[in-house]
Amino acid sequence: MEGRPEGKTGIHGWGAYVPRYRLPMSEIARVWGWAPEQASGLGMKEKAVAGPDEDSVTMGYEAARNALRRASIEASRVGAVFFGTESKPYAVKPSATIIAEALGITPATMASDLEFACRAASEGLRALIGMVASGLIEYGLVIGSDTAQANPGDVLEFTASSGAVAYVIGPREGAVAYFEGSYTYVTDTPDFWRRAHQPYPLHGEGFTGEPAYFHHIENAVKGLLAELGLKPSDFDYAVFHQPNGKFPLRIARRLGIPKEKVLPGLVTPVIGNTYNASALLGLARVLDVAKPGDRILVAPFGSGAGSDAYSIVVTDAIEERRSLAPLFDDYLSRRKEIDYATYAKFRGIFNVIK
Amino acid sequence: MSMDLSVPETWRVKGALYRLEAARCKACGRIHYPPMPACPYCGSRDLERVTLPSEGVLESYTVVYAVPEGSRHKAPVLLGLVRLGRVRVVAEITDADPSELRTGMEVEAVLRRIRSDREAGIIRYGVMFRPKLKGGSRGG
Ligand SMILES: [Zn+2]
Repeated sequence: MEGRPEGKTGIHGWGAYVPRYRLPMSEIARVWGWAPEQASGLGMKEKAVAGPDEDSVTMGYEAARNALRRASIEASRVGAVFFGTESKPYAVKPSATIIAEALGITPATMASDLEFACRAASEGLRALIGMVASGLIEYGLVIGSDTAQANPGDVLEFTASSGAVAYVIGPREGAVAYFEGSYTYVTDTPDFWRRAHQPYPLHGEGFTGEPAYFHHIENAVKGLLAELGLKPSDFDYAVFHQPNGKFPLRIARRLGIPKEKVLPGLVTPVIGNTYNASALLGLARVLDVAKPGDRILVAPFGSGAGSDAYSIVVTDAIEERRSLAPLFDDYLSRRKEIDYATYAKFRGIFNVIK
Repeated sequence: MSMDLSVPETWRVKGALYRLEAARCKACGRIHYPPMPACPYCGSRDLERVTLPSEGVLESYTVVYAVPEGSRHKAPVLLGLVRLGRVRVVAEITDADPSELRTGMEVEAVLRRIRSDREAGIIRYGVMFRPKLKGGSRGG
C-alpha cells in the first residue's frame, strides 16, 4: 500500500459545523399530515436547520476554519480549495473564493465549486489526494456544505438538513490519519435530480435505494477491498453516506460489517442528511473519538450516481490536534428547537416579495 | 439595473468584513475599525493594518424591532457593542435570543450573510458575533 499514491497523503485537520436550530420530525408530520411513524421508519429524530443569516458558504467557512486550526498550518500554504455543494448561494460566482479569501488562503491557490449531488466534496477529496501525492500542491482544503432543499410535503423533507465539514489534506508526514487507498464507482443513474432554476429536487420513487445507493456503495467498497487485499473485518469503523438513519445500517449488514462499527459515525438521525457533508461529517465524528491505529472505511455517495470508498488509518498525531477546534458533539449539544413556521421562514419556503 | 448594495464598496471592505482587519495609527497609536483612509482621532494618514482578535466580550447590546427593509426575516436584529482587546466594535449578534444575552458574556466572531441585494444582486458576507460555543475554548 506504501507504493500507492494515496499512501503518500493524509488528513492534517478536520472540522465540523452543525447549525443551532433543530426541527423535530413531529412538526413535519403535524403540518403535512404524515403518519406519526413515518419518521421513525426513516430512523430519524430531528434535523438541523441553518439560521436566517446562514448558507452553504458561511457554514463551510466555519468547518474549514476548524479544519485549518487542527492542521496548524499557515493558510497561505493551501494550494487548492474545493467546495462541494448542491446549494450554492450564487449559481455563477464561486463560493470557494469567498471562503478562501475569508480564511487568508488567496491569492496563490486553485479554487472551485464542484457538483455531483451529495458526493461532490468526496470527488474533491480524491482529487486533492492525487494533487498532493503528485507534488502539485503541498496542502489542499476540501469542504462539503449544504442547506439541503426538499419540496415541502415531500418525504425528502424529513431528512434534508443543513451542515458542513472540511478537511485539510497534505503529505503523510504529520497527518492525523493517512490514506491507504481509494476507489470510485460511477454510472449514469437518474435516481435524484434538480433541473436548472428549479427550487427543489425530485427523486425517482423506489429508484433511490437498490439501483442507486446500494449498488454504487457496494461496488465502490468491494473495489477498494479487492485493490487493497482487505476484508470488512479489518476495519474498526465504517461510515457510509447517510440519506436517512436506515440505509447505512442496511449496506453495512450487506457488506458483513456489524452495526457497532457504523453507529459512532451515523449522525443523520440527530441532524438529518447534510448532503455533501453527510458521510464526511460522520467521518469527522469518528475522528473525534478514534484512537491511533484505528482503520476507518468511508464511502460517500452522490445521486446521478456514484460512490467513493477510502481506507484511512489514524496516527498518533490525532490526540494533540483534537482539542484545537470544537468537536461534532459540541455543535450537537448547542440545540434550539424550532417549529415548522420558523423553519419555513429560515429556509425561505415562504414566498416573500423583496 | 439598479442595485441596493454597492459592489465596489462590498469589495473594498472585504478585509474588514471577512477577517476583522482594522487600522492602527502610527502617530497616536490608536486602532480604529473598519479601516479608514485617515485616523479618526488625530487625522494622521500614517496607518498600518492589524487584525483584531476573534473573541471578545459583549459590553452592551440593543434589540432592534424596527429593522431596515430587507431584514424582516431575521428580526429582531441584535446589535452588540463588542470589546476585542483594546478596540470596541459594533456588530450584529447571531445565534441567540434576546433573553440569552448578558452584558459581559463571551462572544466569538463568525462569518454570516450580513445583507443580500434582493433576489439577483450581490450577497454581502461579514463578521457577526455569537455567544461563545461550549467547547469553543478548544480553539476559540
Ligand atoms: Zn491617530
